[in-house]
Amino acid sequence: MTALVIAEHDNASIKGATLNTVTAAAACGGDVHVLVAGSNAAAAAAAAAQIAGVSKVLHADAAQLADGLAENLAAQVLAIAAGYSHILFPATASGKNVAPRVAALLDVAQLSDVTKVISADTFERPIYAGNAIATVQSADATKVLTVRTTGFDAAAAAGGSAAVETLAAAADSGTSTFAGREVTKSDRPELTAAKIIVSGGRALGSSDKFNEVLTPLADKLGAALGASRAAVDAGYAPNDWQVGQTGKIVAPQLYIAAGISGAIQHLAGMKDSKVIVAINKDPEAPIFSVADYGLEADLFTAVPELINAL
Amino acid sequence: MKVLVPVKRVVDYNVKVRVKSDGTGVDIANVKMSMNPFDEIAVEEAVRLKEKGVVTEVIAVSCGVTQCQETLRTAMAIGADRAILVETDAELQPLAVAKILKALVDKEQPQLVILGKQAIDDDCNQTGQMLAALTGLPQGTFASKVEVADGKVSVTREVDGGLETVKLSLPAVITTDLRLNEPRYVTLPNIMKAKKKQLDIVKPADLGVDVAPRIKTLKVEEPPKRSAGIKVPDVATLVNKLKNEAKVI
Repeated sequence: MTALVIAEHDNASIKGATLNTVTAAAACGGDVHVLVAGSNAAAAAAAAAQIAGVSKVLHADAAQLADGLAENLAAQVLAIAAGYSHILFPATASGKNVAPRVAALLDVAQLSDVTKVISADTFERPIYAGNAIATVQSADATKVLTVRTTGFDAAAAAGGSAAVETLAAAADSGTSTFAGREVTKSDRPELTAAKIIVSGGRALGSSDKFNEVLTPLADKLGAALGASRAAVDAGYAPNDWQVGQTGKIVAPQLYIAAGISGAIQHLAGMKDSKVIVAINKDPEAPIFSVADYGLEADLFTAVPELINAL
Repeated sequence: MKVLVPVKRVVDYNVKVRVKSDGTGVDIANVKMSMNPFDEIAVEEAVRLKEKGVVTEVIAVSCGVTQCQETLRTAMAIGADRAILVETDAELQPLAVAKILKALVDKEQPQLVILGKQAIDDDCNQTGQMLAALTGLPQGTFASKVEVADGKVSVTREVDGGLETVKLSLPAVITTDLRLNEPRYVTLPNIMKAKKKQLDIVKPADLGVDVAPRIKTLKVEEPPKRSAGIKVPDVATLVNKLKNEAKVI
């Protein structure tokens, strides 16, 4: 029994989500191999070989693998899938894009957003926006999973010494091409990996206010900034800051929700945080039902006060 | 060109579901059902493409129980031209739905299939990708912008660090993200008109698809409850608690 982890990387380094996925793969039992498919990605493959618990790294290098196009990456995974009992992807935008394609081509079901490995064929995953946890058993020969990174600790990025084996690259599908990328620039910690998150909602009122009020608090705490869907839809914050069922799933040590009412879809993305602080002037806001510490106050006075007190 | 839009009937997104006490699932008896919100966005996008003159016919499809007809009528009230219900009482998992849709793609030969990125009940986020795989078509998932030109479709996708654009040859499969569009409200006259539109009913067996589930649900539980929190009277107390009690700052 061997598990294959599909590494998420930027051709130069391995993304953090890969480390959590390796931990989940190890929990399935057996060896853990990592596939690094990219273009000029030798550095990423070398980094993957350092991950504790990885016994082999497979490295496929070709121009058509540069940008993680689903058609080409799925073909690459499929070329080696036969040797594996488990194929795991991080449940990130990239993993979610490719994993079901691989599963369908293998004619197996796929398990999404696995939060716990119970045994080699039995897993836990949340359904209904995290309002229920299902324990599911797969009858398929190959288990294709996406792993919710907040459900598993990160494997150590150093200490391993896996061999790197070069693979022949799968042919270009020719049906899709990569046309460009617009990256949100940020010096802050990555949202899904941050220890502290300061998140704002509709109550902030404008993009300027969002920055003016929450940025100093995030700076003070070394925190990442997040947002509710309402704040994103209103244009107060960029889309990829959205925390919730349809955005990012986070589980930081401290989550500060300022001016967020706490709709089920938002709670789905943050209710596994260790400590939740809610600042809201509406005493009936549902966010108070999950908050460890609730402060019923106007955020425009409470947040600056909080900054001063820190 | 033709567009196929699969839609799913799900528990309304505002309903807080309850887990059944015997652990067999969630209680959806007598709960309000609606069209999956991402699928509304998919129908809206297809109809907008038709209004722009890019698309000639929009076909809505749903798989499941008889009541899915309501969901299809809603899609037709938004502007879909006709509908197909693949009727079955069986539990349908994404792979089975993707196989049913593949059979319909083979039959109807659409140039685009637009699906929602995920259904808010099983939260799988698989069907579109699986359909693309089975039909051998390229996929543009989590789309926030779709433009058809010169036999290709350009799809701007919401990814973790921002946005990414891919160009796909037609036919192609697209899944919608929340920000693709704002679905229109259906008006009463359109609801009345939708009642007259064509709705065909077929069975999975007619399409030669085996829908047997591959994944068995052993149990469904409530998520662990958070222990009740406290309300703090002021910022000073909050900071004190965070520093000394929770020790997180």
